[in-house]
Amino acid sequence: MGSIVLRQVGKAFGELAVIPSIDLEIADGEFVVFVGPSGCGKSTLLRLIAGLEDATSGHILINGQDATDLPPAKRGLSMVFQSYALYPHMSVRANIAFPLKMAGLPKHEIDAKVATAAATLNLTDYLDRKPKQLSGGQRQRVAIGRAIVRQPSAFLFDEPLSNLDAALRVQMRLEISELHQQLGTTMIYVTHDQVEAMTMADKIVVLNRGNIEQVGSPLELYRHPDNLFVAGFIGSPKMNFITGPEAARLGAHTIGVRPEHLRVTTDGGLWSGTVGVAEHLGSDTFLHIQTDTVGTLTVRTSGEVSLNHGDHIGLTPDAAAIHRYDQKGKAIR
Amino acid sequence: MSRHVSSTRRWTVTIAAWLVGILMFFPILWTVLTSFKTEAEAVASPPSFLFFNWTLENYAEVQSRSDYVQHFLNSVTISLGSTAIGLLIAIPAAWAMAFQPTKRTKDLLMWMLSTKMMPPVGVLVPIYLMFRDAGLLDTRLGLTIILTLIDLPIIIWMLYTYFKEIPGEILEAARMDGATLWSEIAYVLTPMAVPGIASTLLLNVILAWNEAFWTLNLTAAKAAPLTAFIASYSSPEGLFYAKLSAASTMAIAPILILGWFSQKQLVRGLTFGAVK
Repeated sequence: MGSIVLRQVGKAFGELAVIPSIDLEIADGEFVVFVGPSGCGKSTLLRLIAGLEDATSGHILINGQDATDLPPAKRGLSMVFQSYALYPHMSVRANIAFPLKMAGLPKHEIDAKVATAAATLNLTDYLDRKPKQLSGGQRQRVAIGRAIVRQPSAFLFDEPLSNLDAALRVQMRLEISELHQQLGTTMIYVTHDQVEAMTMADKIVVLNRGNIEQVGSPLELYRHPDNLFVAGFIGSPKMNFITGPEAARLGAHTIGVRPEHLRVTTDGGLWSGTVGVAEHLGSDTFLHIQTDTVGTLTVRTSGEVSLNHGDHIGLTPDAAAIHRYDQKGKAIR
Repeated sequence: MSRHVSSTRRWTVTIAAWLVGILMFFPILWTVLTSFKTEAEAVASPPSFLFFNWTLENYAEVQSRSDYVQHFLNSVTISLGSTAIGLLIAIPAAWAMAFQPTKRTKDLLMWMLSTKMMPPVGVLVPIYLMFRDAGLLDTRLGLTIILTLIDLPIIIWMLYTYFKEIPGEILEAARMDGATLWSEIAYVLTPMAVPGIASTLLLNVILAWNEAFWTLNLTAAKAAPLTAFIASYSSPEGLFYAKLSAASTMAIAPILILGWFSQKQLVRGLTFGAVK
C-alpha cells in the first residue's frame, strides 16, 4: 500500500508562503512526477511529504493515516537525494544495510536483503568499496539500493539524475522506470527536466510558484494543456505563442502551435518568413523562422530538410492542433 | 595542463622556504643546544655552536632543585582536563549552532570570539579575587576551570566550522533511514566529524599546555605546571641561561613529541574542508 493524499497542505518560511495550499491524491503504485521551474516549490512539497519539513497548514495522509506530525522515520517512505547523501565513512554494504540496522533486523536477514538489493542493482562486486571509490552512476545505484531494502510504501526521488552526465542520465532513467515496473511501489519523482517527466511519469504534476497548474498523464498535458504556463513548459522545443490579430481571428487572446504542427512549404502558406537558424539534429531539424507577421516561430521538421539560413519559406499550422487561450492564459475549449 | 615553473625559480623558492623554516626553528634549537652547555659557555661571546663541552649537569641540577614530575603531572592534568571538559561542552554547542541555527547564532559566535580579543590582564584582578574567595588559587581544579573557559570559544569555533562542512542531506538521509537522534549522532555525525574533533583536541591540548599568563598568576607551588617550572629559572640578572634552557627543553619536549606524532592529523584537521 502506498497511497498519499495532500489536503490543503501549505508551507511558509516566516512571512514567505512557498506553498499556499495544495490538494493532491496519489494512488498506490503510481509513478508521479513533480515538475516545474526552479523555485516552484516542488522540492519543498517532496520534503513535506517526507517529513523533513513541517507543514504550516493542512494534512498529509499516507495509506489513509494522518502522517502530518509523524517524524520522517515513522512515515514508511524512502528518499533518494540529489547529492546521493551516502554515508562516506561506510562501505557500500554498510550504506545499504543502514536502514535495516536502524530497524533492528537480525544480521542474517540484513545480509540476505543487502545481497538481493545489490544483485538487483548490479552492485554485488562493489559491496566492500567506499562511496568515493564509485562513479556517479554507481553512487546513485547505492542510494537507490539503500532506499529499496526497507521496502517502503513509497519512494521519493529529489532530482536524482541532475548530477549525472547526459548519457548516464538516459540509462538511469530507464533503470528507475524498470525498477518501478518490477516493484510496483508508489514513486514520487521531482525534476525540472520535462523530458524526464514525460518519459517516466504515469501522472505529471506541473507546479508553478507553489501552486499546481495541472495534473494529468504526460500525453494529456501535451495535448490539452490547461493554460499558457503548462503549454509552454511541456514539450520540447517550446510551443510557439502568437498574439494580436492572428489570435483574435480565431477568437482568442493568444494562440499556441507546437513546432511539430507547423508545415513548411517553399511557397504559399498562411505565414511567410525567412529561416534564421537551422539546427540539424539528424533525426529532426529545428528551424527558427523570422515571419513577416507573427514574430519568430520554431518549427520541427524531418531530418531530411535541407533548408538553410536566409531561405524564404511559407508556414501553415495544422488547424486541428491550434491551442487557444483567453486573456488570463486559460485554455478556451 | 600544469604550470611551467623554471628550475631557477624552484631553487630560489626552496632555499627561501628552508631559510624561513630554520629561522623559525632556530630559537628552539638554540635553547636545546644551550641546555647542554655550562653556564659559562652559555653566555660566552662569540657563542660556540656545536663545539663545546657537552654536559648533562644542567638537567641533573634542575631535577634536583625542583620536582619536574610534579610540574609535568600538573600540566598533564590541567591540559587534558580542560580539553575534555571543553569538548563535552563544545560538541553539543557547535552541533546545535551548525545544524539548528537561529537568527542569533552568528551574533552568538561573534560574541564568543570577541571575548578572545580582550587582553587577559584586563580581567586578572576580578578573576584573581573570585578565585581567592572560592579557594581555587593554586589548585589544579582552578586552573582547569580557567583554561576551559579561555579556550572554549576557540574549540566551539573550530568544531562549528567542521560540522558546517558536513552536508545536511546526509543527516536527513539518516533520519529517513529510521535513525533516532542518538543513532544519527553515533553512527553518522561523529564518525564523519572525527578528524575535526581530533585536531581540535590536539590543538587545545597544545594551547593549554603552553598557556602561561593564567597558570603563572593563579598558582604558587602546589598546582604550578611546567610554565611555572620554566619561569622559576628566569632571573632578572639572566645568570642561569643553561639551566633555564634545560628546564625549557624538559617542558616543551612532551608537547613537541605529541605534536610530531600527530602532525598528520593536525594538518588534516586544520585544512579539513578547505578544498572540496
